[in-house]
Amino acid sequence: MQRRLQNINYLDVVLWLIRVAIIVFVLWGTIATLRENPYSSRNWIDFIVLGIAQGSMYALIAIGYTLVYGVLFMINFAHGEFFMSGIMTATVFIAGPLDASGYMNKHPILSLLLILLVAMLTSVGVALLTERVAYRPLRKAPRLVPLITAIGASFFLQYTFRGLYGSEVKPFPVINILSGKIPFLGTEILRSQMVVIVVTIFMLIGLYLFIMRSKTGKAIRAVAEDKDVAALMGIDVDRTIAITFALGASMAGAAGVLYALVFRQVHFFMGFLPGLKAFTAAVLGGIGSIPGAAIGGLFLGIFESVGPPLFLDGLNVPAYHQLKDVITFTLLVLILIFRPQGILGERLGEKKA
Amino acid sequence: MNKRLNIVLALLIAASLVLSACGASGPAECTDDLGCVEYGPDDPIRIASALVITGANAELGLDSQHGVEIAIDMRGPVAGHSVELQAEDDGCNAEGGQAAGQKIVSDPSIVAVVGTSCSGAGVPMSKVISDAGYVMVSPSNTAPSLTDPNEAWNPGYLRTAHNDKVQGAAIAQFAHDELGLTTAAAIHDGDPYTEGLANVFRESFEGMGGTVVAFTAVSKGDTDMRPVLTAVAASEGGAPEFLFFPVFTAECAFLAKQSKEVAGLENTVIAAADGCVSDAAAEAIGDAGEGMYFSGPDLSFSGDTYVTFKEKYNTLFGSDPISVFHAHAFDATNMIFDCIEQVGVSSDDGSLSVGRQAMRSCLYATSGFQGITGTLTCDQYGDCADPKISVSQLQGGEYVRIWP
Repeated sequence: MQRRLQNINYLDVVLWLIRVAIIVFVLWGTIATLRENPYSSRNWIDFIVLGIAQGSMYALIAIGYTLVYGVLFMINFAHGEFFMSGIMTATVFIAGPLDASGYMNKHPILSLLLILLVAMLTSVGVALLTERVAYRPLRKAPRLVPLITAIGASFFLQYTFRGLYGSEVKPFPVINILSGKIPFLGTEILRSQMVVIVVTIFMLIGLYLFIMRSKTGKAIRAVAEDKDVAALMGIDVDRTIAITFALGASMAGAAGVLYALVFRQVHFFMGFLPGLKAFTAAVLGGIGSIPGAAIGGLFLGIFESVGPPLFLDGLNVPAYHQLKDVITFTLLVLILIFRPQGILGERLGEKKA
Repeated sequence: MNKRLNIVLALLIAASLVLSACGASGPAECTDDLGCVEYGPDDPIRIASALVITGANAELGLDSQHGVEIAIDMRGPVAGHSVELQAEDDGCNAEGGQAAGQKIVSDPSIVAVVGTSCSGAGVPMSKVISDAGYVMVSPSNTAPSLTDPNEAWNPGYLRTAHNDKVQGAAIAQFAHDELGLTTAAAIHDGDPYTEGLANVFRESFEGMGGTVVAFTAVSKGDTDMRPVLTAVAASEGGAPEFLFFPVFTAECAFLAKQSKEVAGLENTVIAAADGCVSDAAAEAIGDAGEGMYFSGPDLSFSGDTYVTFKEKYNTLFGSDPISVFHAHAFDATNMIFDCIEQVGVSSDDGSLSVGRQAMRSCLYATSGFQGITGTLTCDQYGDCADPKISVSQLQGGEYVRIWP
């Protein structure tokens, strides 16, 4: 007995106390909120739907982090900028002029497809260029080097696009068929959010099938497993890595369009925070896993939306919406304490890392 | 041999030290408590600006910077010297204000600062500037705390912008008396400017007999405002009739657009403040802001100076003023120039010495200064404005002044 007590590390005790304290705090806040119940069930459904729509965007961006991490073990911090570059370009050159000429509301579907195409192509172009110029020469360098380069690339891209399009907030036009609400589960949700959720589901399924069924997908998985052996099997590793970047960036480009549909304004700095959140989502879901990124994104979106009113309202915390990032990142810490590999992640140290 | 050489060297060094010390003492002995800024006969007088000139709020700061540049241009030589502007960026946040302040105080040739744009940047910068013995005049900080000696006031800080105690009371009066509304909500973003203004609004509105059903906040950089708006709509006292969010351009546009989409807020009258008044803001808000109200300094200036000012603005920058605080910046710069001329000591060779404490005292003693924004008189904590607040309404993408 005494020996077992001696084996208990003080640090472990403190960590356990922190965990228990957080859980008690969350439960206490939740019970207090539910007892007062200031919100109707319709409000709660609203919060959840808002969270799912926001989470869908995080999920699409998170895919890019996870794919690149899967093949290169590198966190591509410039990924948020791929997201920004596509929709900025599409807004300035396509959405703005189409709206001004009235074409947008006459042929909304065609216009949207054109915007989507331009945004995805721009994102892919920027990603391929970044990969070729900034990452490929450093493939053999120690791991920290590409990480720092990615941060540099992120700043470079941000300020390049600021130089190109200016620093002001640009409005994204209202599309009539997407404005208004539709009934859903006894409440109403915005059409634009419905579109976001549906498009995200299709894109995620498409991507999953591509990775799992197609020959290129197989090559990506082979490179993720072992680059040297994949090369011996006749796979062009550089090309496969470039394709991986392009895939991730196309998802980010699409996420950019969805973002613009919901929030209706774009800005050169808009990629930073969603990029950071999507990275969090990827880690939360288990970095390297595609379903993990999707689930991590949704989880994060819902917690951002539901967390503050559920946990903090009952405790009478003033201005609790400001604390939503505190809640989400506390959640991240909690999940990583209990499951260091993320929700769906594989244990590191066996074959990767 | 070696020893003798050492002695000779030591003597030489000592002699050179003495000589250089003699050279450094200028013709006019500086007796100022905080030291003096010395300019040679051909040196330009250097002032700095620290305004937000990048990012989403760039128009707010650029507009003020244009005001400073026009003041320099229209004034001509000051005390016989030309004037050079060192333009810094306050970033509209505390870090930016701190960094710009550090950079300015490391340059001993800068005599005064026009800045900052954002109160959030003003709080740390006021401290840095004051501790170093410099002086700053802000054309656009409006947070009450900056001139409150119990909060963030520092002895080197003055402003020509109104104190939001005036603006918050004005918008509350507009909502309660003019529109006849009795319930309201306010949302800020934690910035001293937005929080201060929202607080004054709440106090004034409640003081008039109205009810504030919700008082909450978002964070800078937030995009999804629907959760907070849903919470506001579900507040205990019912959805508010009047929603006031005195935040900056990006968040302001998100709130304006999304408030229309939240159940319960469809008929709520929305209003923002001067941090969201610029051409770019009007464009970013778009159709969703039709009929929305904005409080801000009354820009219906009269007088010949403003006519000349606007002509200059058009020639130099190719447009009418793009935001609100250009005239306040113009007045701030001219207050500084007046004081340099008052307290600067010129020598026969044309060099100029300006005492830093004298500069501060002179600015604080400003009284009856005739500027574009009115007749400015500084109080003991640096509030110099002649505050006039008006409310405008967004109609077809233009801000139209409607009250008073």
